Amino acid sequence: MISEIGAFALCLTFAMSLAQGALGFATSQHASRAAALTALAQCVAVACLIAFVSLVAAYVRSDFSVAVVANNSHTDKPLIYKIAAAWGNHEGSMLLWCFVSSVFGAVLASARGGQSAGLWSKAVGVQGLVTAGALAYTLFLSNPFARLDPAPMQGAGLNPLLQDPALAAHPPMLYLGYVGMSVPFSLALAALIEGRADQAWAKALRPWTLAAWTCLTVGIALGSYWAYYELGWGGWWFWDPVENASFMPWLAACALVHSAIVTERRGSLASWTILLAIMGFGFALLGTFLVRSGVLTSVHAFAVDPRRGIAVLILLGLALGAGFGLYGWRAPKLSRAAGFGAVSRESMLVWNNFGLAVAAGVVLIGTLYPLIVEAVGGGLISVGPPFFNMTVAPLLGLLFVLLPVGPMLTWRIGDMRSVLVRLAPAAALGAGTLIATLALTHWRVAPAIGVAIGVWLIAGGFTYLWTRARRGEGRTLAKIVALPLAVWSMSIAHIGAGVLVIGAISETAFRAERAVALAPGQGVDFADRRITLLTMADVDGPNYEATRAILRIDHEGETVQLNTERRFYSTSPMPTTEVGILTGLDGDLYVALGEPIRNGGGAWGLRLYHNPMVQFIFGGALMMAIGGVLSLVALARRRKASP
Amino acid sequence: MMISAAGAVLVLAAALTFAGLRNSIVYFVAPSELAQKAHPGQRIRLGGLVLPGSLHRDANGVTSFAVTDGGAQVNVRYEGLLPDLFREGQGVVAEGTWSPGQAFTAERVLAKHDERYMPREVVEALRRRGEWKGPQ
Repeated sequence: MISEIGAFALCLTFAMSLAQGALGFATSQHASRAAALTALAQCVAVACLIAFVSLVAAYVRSDFSVAVVANNSHTDKPLIYKIAAAWGNHEGSMLLWCFVSSVFGAVLASARGGQSAGLWSKAVGVQGLVTAGALAYTLFLSNPFARLDPAPMQGAGLNPLLQDPALAAHPPMLYLGYVGMSVPFSLALAALIEGRADQAWAKALRPWTLAAWTCLTVGIALGSYWAYYELGWGGWWFWDPVENASFMPWLAACALVHSAIVTERRGSLASWTILLAIMGFGFALLGTFLVRSGVLTSVHAFAVDPRRGIAVLILLGLALGAGFGLYGWRAPKLSRAAGFGAVSRESMLVWNNFGLAVAAGVVLIGTLYPLIVEAVGGGLISVGPPFFNMTVAPLLGLLFVLLPVGPMLTWRIGDMRSVLVRLAPAAALGAGTLIATLALTHWRVAPAIGVAIGVWLIAGGFTYLWTRARRGEGRTLAKIVALPLAVWSMSIAHIGAGVLVIGAISETAFRAERAVALAPGQGVDFADRRITLLTMADVDGPNYEATRAILRIDHEGETVQLNTERRFYSTSPMPTTEVGILTGLDGDLYVALGEPIRNGGGAWGLRLYHNPMVQFIFGGALMMAIGGVLSLVALARRRKASP
Repeated sequence: MMISAAGAVLVLAAALTFAGLRNSIVYFVAPSELAQKAHPGQRIRLGGLVLPGSLHRDANGVTSFAVTDGGAQVNVRYEGLLPDLFREGQGVVAEGTWSPGQAFTAERVLAKHDERYMPREVVEALRRRGEWKGPQ
């Protein structure tokens, strides 16, 4: 019964979101029409909420007459993972997409701010059409409420690898980010239709872009962290097509966060900001297409249905066609704003956007190249991590060299010489790091440059805080704390980027890795540590049985115990690895239990990794996300102060 | 000035992309095509089914198994931990190098998260040999 309510609510949402689209475009300046549009957008969100709650209820009650529940859940599963299973599969995740899009539409409709009536209603209308497109796809090609007759007695269970808190939160965060990019898209299309993209428009755009970027950052970091500790491969980023699919919208969102600042503060770059908003949503849809169509071989596996891939491709074509078409037609009519000098904060933000856009383009080429080669009959190929490391790293490196300079310059015309003088200590610190790293690593040039750039970013961030605090009277240290939240949020995000760079470069370049076979009582020396296999034990978990290796780690006079397991879940024919991680000052010791060695006298295969500074990667990403959240708070406060 | 600098960066990006694509694309080869298609020492992806009964591990942590597409079979050596979903009789992609008369030396072995999934290249290889039994 509940799932019939859900299916009905979904149909109702579809009809109402189409009406939202029509009303958004038809609305004249009448206040009553605007109120009707707001109410309609809110009804769409409520109806979609009912559909979503119905699906979650079907999972909580383990209603196996619903096909997706039977395929993805199991009565033995802990409640939290029953709920998370609701969006851990294709159908449920599409419903989540629709739900998020409808909620964003309602928020957009309810918070009009200082926007003109025409622009606002058209943005709400476009958002309604975006929701309708996603709903059409969900209803006709991946209905989450389809029934099974006869209903099975037990569900097929969720992949045990996916029963994990980080992975339960990973898809919703990514979807918030992906779908979050639809609001800047709607605002951009509305601006093109109205022929106006002014500072009030950019002011409305900024919080959405920031929120989408923050969610993408958190979502990608969670996925990376999960891959690191759950897959047992010792790595955190593989340049896999599905990872690239989330990285491209992130780069576009990052560029948009910065260009929207220029448009809001100075009125310039409006046309480019609109183009970025269109491309950002295009990347988000392309990401969905790459993940859902299975056209690229990836370490991620999803059930593949070519009709679905084609449908997403059609939606992508419609969105980009409408976006670029309107852009080509209307963008030349947008009024030009004040110019700026070659050395100014605007110009540095242009460089930021240029670098991020080129990086996104390079990732796009690398990701789609196998498809192109196959389409022209060149055989099956894959583009590996070396391509991305050798193209994306230098581009982002150049960008990071410029980054600390940008915030120090003033708007319109900046004074490069005085900025460079202030940044001299940071540059000296970077150069010192470069020399020290070169000496310590026996002249490994590329990683040394990377680490030095990371230090330069961090030192540059602190230099900016220091410079801002030195303005005016009073003690500098006391004033640093009292600096505006907007200054702090930006500095935290930029310093976080530096921390992430240091972690990523160190982990990639200086990781140690070794496969060993140990019988209980035997030991091995690895990364300055003595690792001894004490004993093997059998363990019973709530819905699995495990073989556990108990290891003793001796390091600099200290002894610690570390466990790693192979788990056999009753619902899955495949064992999973539970890695043991010991985080120290110099990085992570990471051990993964393999299989027993045949004729090996009770020996077990173990894989040992030493991942230097790997926690900097996740810590840096967390700092960037915190910067995003604080920046949102700063925007909200400013809006309250001057509505 | 800005435009010429931007042009320089674009040229650099294009050069890097071009060089990167020349050097880091990896061709996919099925076991029966290995002798004709792969140059000794060239990095390739070998895909097919793991031959049942062929998996062995020695005390040094070196794994060996055979990959087949129904036509030929190729022995693979891999020093490392196999993915959790690696199974005899199931699809696998091994990335590494090969020389005539020697085993294929894999540096990476990919099997998928999902037991229902088969790498697309493997499906393609099996279809070419007429060994594919799954859906079209």
